[in-house]
Amino acid sequence: MGDVAAAGKLDEAEVGRIFREESGRSVAALIRVFGDIDVAQDAVQDAFAVAVRKWTGDGLPPNPGAWITTTARNRAIDRLRRESRGRELLGEVAVLSPGNNDPGGPHEEGPVQDDRLRLIFTCCHPALSTEAQVALTLRLLGGASTKEVARSFLVTEPAMAQRLARAKHKIKAARIPYRVPEEHELPDRLRPLLAVVYLVYNTGLTSTTDPDLCPEAIRLARILATLMPDETEVAGLLALLLLTESRRASRTRPDGSLVLLGEQDRRRWDRALIKEGQAIVRQCLRRNQPGAYQLQAAINAVHADATTLEQTDWPQIVALYDQLLAVAATPVVALNRAIAISEVQGAAAGLALVDELDLDNYHPFHATRADLLRRLGRNGDAAAAYERAAALSPTDAERDFLKQGGRGSRWANPTTHLLERSRPAAGMEPL
Amino acid sequence: MTHYLLSVHSVEGEARDPMTEEEMRQFMERVGVLEGEMKSAGAWVFGGALHDPDTATVARVSDSEVLTTDGPFAESKEHLGGFYIIEAEDLDAALAWASKTTAAVSKPIEVRPFRHVSEA
Repeated sequence: MGDVAAAGKLDEAEVGRIFREESGRSVAALIRVFGDIDVAQDAVQDAFAVAVRKWTGDGLPPNPGAWITTTARNRAIDRLRRESRGRELLGEVAVLSPGNNDPGGPHEEGPVQDDRLRLIFTCCHPALSTEAQVALTLRLLGGASTKEVARSFLVTEPAMAQRLARAKHKIKAARIPYRVPEEHELPDRLRPLLAVVYLVYNTGLTSTTDPDLCPEAIRLARILATLMPDETEVAGLLALLLLTESRRASRTRPDGSLVLLGEQDRRRWDRALIKEGQAIVRQCLRRNQPGAYQLQAAINAVHADATTLEQTDWPQIVALYDQLLAVAATPVVALNRAIAISEVQGAAAGLALVDELDLDNYHPFHATRADLLRRLGRNGDAAAAYERAAALSPTDAERDFLKQGGRGSRWANPTTHLLERSRPAAGMEPL
Repeated sequence: MTHYLLSVHSVEGEARDPMTEEEMRQFMERVGVLEGEMKSAGAWVFGGALHDPDTATVARVSDSEVLTTDGPFAESKEHLGGFYIIEAEDLDAALAWASKTTAAVSKPIEVRPFRHVSEA
C-alpha cells in the first residue's frame, strides 16, 4: 500500500489515520519482541511522533507498517538503554541479534504474522472482564487512543486509563500468555474474542457519538477471518457484521429515530456489502459447521434478498431460527423465532409463543407483544405493552419510537441474543 | 515460571450435609490423586487444608507491644479453607490446575500470582 500517497505530502490527520490502521500490527510485533505491553505501546507512540514529522514532510514510506515497527523498535531500544531495568530486559531480548533489525525489510513473515492473533487472544483472555477485553482490544489492536476508548464506554479519560493500566498489570503479574490457544482450547477461547468484536460493533450501532466503532469492528473481524480461515464462526461473524452494516445508513432518520426494517428504503442498502456478506454465508453453508454467528448471518442474508418486507422468505427464516434455537437456546432467540412464526402462521400463533417467555425486563419483548396484540385488534392491551416497552427502552430514539405506539410496524431483533447477559439491549435492530 | 496461590474458600454456615464416611473416603482419594499429579508434573510447592477459622489467633503490634487476640482476623463469612502453592509456566497452566482442583473439592478456587522478588 501507499504507492499512490507516496508521491504527495500528507497532512497530520491522514498520518493519524494510516498510523491507526497499521499500529496494531506493530504493537503486537513489539510485545512479542520485548515481552512487555507498555514498552511496546510507548515505543509505537514515539514512532507516531516521528511519523507526524517525517511523513508530512517527505511523504509516506513505501511500507508504512514496516517503517512503524522498525522505528518503534529502535526507539524502544534507545529508551531501554537509558534505564537500568531496561538494560536487563534488553539482555533477554532477541532484538539486538543481527539480521533481526533490518529497516525496510520484508514486513513480518512466517510465524510473526500471527502476532496480532496472539495479541487479541491475550486481550480477550477469559481471566479479564468483558469490559477490559473490549477496552484492551480497541486500544492495542484497534489503535484507538485512551480518550477514544473512554468515549465508547462513556467514562472519563483518567478512569479509562486506570482500567487499562489495571488490566495490563494483571496480564503481566498473572502471566496471561501471549500465544494462540491450541486447537482443543479454541472453541472456549474463540467465544469471548468474537463476542468482543460483536460488542464493539453493537456499541457503534447504538451509539450516536461513536459510529466509527462499526467500521472498526468490521476491520477487526476481517483481520480475524484472514488469520483464522478455518474457523467458520469467525467467517460467520464477519458476514453478520457486513450484512448489518449494509442497512446501517437506512436504520435511522436524520433526527436519530429508528426506521424499522419494513419501512426502510431498501434501495439505500449497500449492495456491495450485501454481496460480500452473502458470499461468505454461502461458503459457510458449503462447509456445513453451523454456529450462532453463521445462522444469524444467514437470517440477515435472507432479509437482504427481499425487495419488500412482504416478499421475505419467512418459512426460510423460521427454519434458520429453529437451527439457531438448537445451538443458542436463549429466550431472545425464541422471541425472534416467534416473530417469524407470526409472519407464517399469524399473529395469534406468534403471541402464544411470546407469552411463554420470561423476558419481562427486556423491552423488545414488550414491543413485540404490543405489535402482535395490535395486529389482533386488542388495542388496549397493545397500548399498555408499548408503554411498558418505552419505560424499559435504553435509548431516546427507541423510547420516542415506542411512545408513538411503534408506528404500527413490526418489531424484531435478530442480532442481540449473544450479548444478552452482558448488554441486554445492545444492537437493537427493529424489523 | 511463576508461583501461584490456589486457594479454596468456604462460606461459613453454608448449608451442607456432613459427608458420609464413603463420601469422605472418595474425597480424600480425589485430593490424593490431584496432589500426586501436581507432584509428578513438578507443579507442587506446598499445600494443605486448614482447621476452621475459630482455631485462629491474631498477633499484632500496638504501641510497640505485641497483642495476641482470639481470631480470625477478617470478620467475614468467607474463609480460607485450604490452599496450594504451585509453580506454573503461565496463567493458562495455573488455571488448568485450578480446574482440576475445583473438580476434586467441589468449591471455587481463586488463583493469584505471587510477586517476583524483583517486583516486591
